[in-house]
Amino acid sequence: MNIFEQVWSWLTDPDNWTRSINGPGIPYHVLKHLQYTGVAILIAALIAVPLGIYIGHTGRGSFLVVGIANSFRAIPELGLLILLVLAMGIALAVEAVTIALVSLAIPPLLAGTYAGIRNVDRDVVDAARGMGMREWDVVWRVELPIALPLILGGLRAATLQVIATASIAAFVSLDGLGRFVIDGRAFGADGGYAMMAGGAVLIAALAIAVELVLAGVQRLAVSPGLQTRRMRRRVARVWAQPKLITAEESS
Amino acid sequence: MRWVLDHAGELLDTTWEHLGLALIPVLVGLLISVPLGWAAHRWRAARAILVPASSLLYTIPSLALFVLMPLLLGTRILDPLNVQAALTIYTVALLVRSVADALDAVPGETIAAATAVGYGAVRRFFAVELPLSLPVLIAGVRVAAVSNISLVSVGAIIGVGGLGFYLTHGSQLSPPNYAEIVAGLVLIVVLALVVDALLVVLGRWLTPWTRARGRVVTA
Repeated sequence: MNIFEQVWSWLTDPDNWTRSINGPGIPYHVLKHLQYTGVAILIAALIAVPLGIYIGHTGRGSFLVVGIANSFRAIPELGLLILLVLAMGIALAVEAVTIALVSLAIPPLLAGTYAGIRNVDRDVVDAARGMGMREWDVVWRVELPIALPLILGGLRAATLQVIATASIAAFVSLDGLGRFVIDGRAFGADGGYAMMAGGAVLIAALAIAVELVLAGVQRLAVSPGLQTRRMRRRVARVWAQPKLITAEESS
Repeated sequence: MRWVLDHAGELLDTTWEHLGLALIPVLVGLLISVPLGWAAHRWRAARAILVPASSLLYTIPSLALFVLMPLLLGTRILDPLNVQAALTIYTVALLVRSVADALDAVPGETIAAATAVGYGAVRRFFAVELPLSLPVLIAGVRVAAVSNISLVSVGAIIGVGGLGFYLTHGSQLSPPNYAEIVAGLVLIVVLALVVDALLVVLGRWLTPWTRARGRVVTA
């Protein structure tokens, strides 16, 4: 068998879908992976979205957002995971990994929310105030709907980051699809690579599937008035060049 | 601290290795993405394929891409080329769109003016369009360089990780060697910050006209 056939036969072997060398099979690890990701994103969103709205709306502390958003890329996820798990002990590994995942999900969510609110045309906000809207209504009925594409963009970036990091979590003995990569490597040359590559295929497929679902949600959730080419390009631009947020701010 | 002093030479060597693993892909990726980005800027059909394809490639987590490289390249699992090729893919995925958007943003009058004073298509591209898109391009290169430096350490899981080695190795000793882990972590972060700062300086030096206007477009 060549290497492709080995990987394919690993993926299609019914045994691997019911059990693995460390217990449960592929579906269990997919669910675990999604569970870690979902919990972390939820906690991060509960922290980052209100904070981003507050900073974006009042303009207070915007230097903080730019600083955090631009420096988080430099932090090696693996190091963060290892240090947290060692510090909290292997018994609390799930909690330690969740903290690491939350802290990686906050910067893109915060930056997306902040940029979304901040990029709302000031004239639109003035018009809303002129109509007699209270501050809360301005935020809830004007700024948030207009900011939604960028907030969801932040959600997508955060989710991808967390799915990727959750696969590394297997190194600190957690479940999830990274298990197969780590166990396959420990297994050695004989069939080990088929397991590693099979796991990698599953990780990639999961990430792409989640990304496509979120892209669909983004399309459905965004107000039709904002679905124009110009707006989409503007959103894409802000994401392609995180630095422009700073430039617009300082000019 | 003792551990760091005892291993200073080794740490320095690994730092260089780490830089090579992270930055060679940035250079290669840049060379690939300029023509691809130009194609996406020039032809609508090329953009319709290149932009979604690159964002999909960017979606694949690094651990998965590192592991899948031997399948695509026929390399051995411990080959540093796996990590470098995967990081090149990320760099291209990130930069193709930056290049295309930056070229789109060059004002039509500027191109018309260059044509009017006698620039041919090739010379105009290298002398006018490419320099004008540098601020956006450098912003993209900074993101690619910083995230590559951080991502290399994931390679430690499959045995090619530059400074990431100290993270995995230190954590597998019993008791864990905290000095080793922290030293690896700090060196990776410092490396990313230094490279980022150098790219900012390079960017300012390459685009003096952005300062002449009294306003930094991409600081």
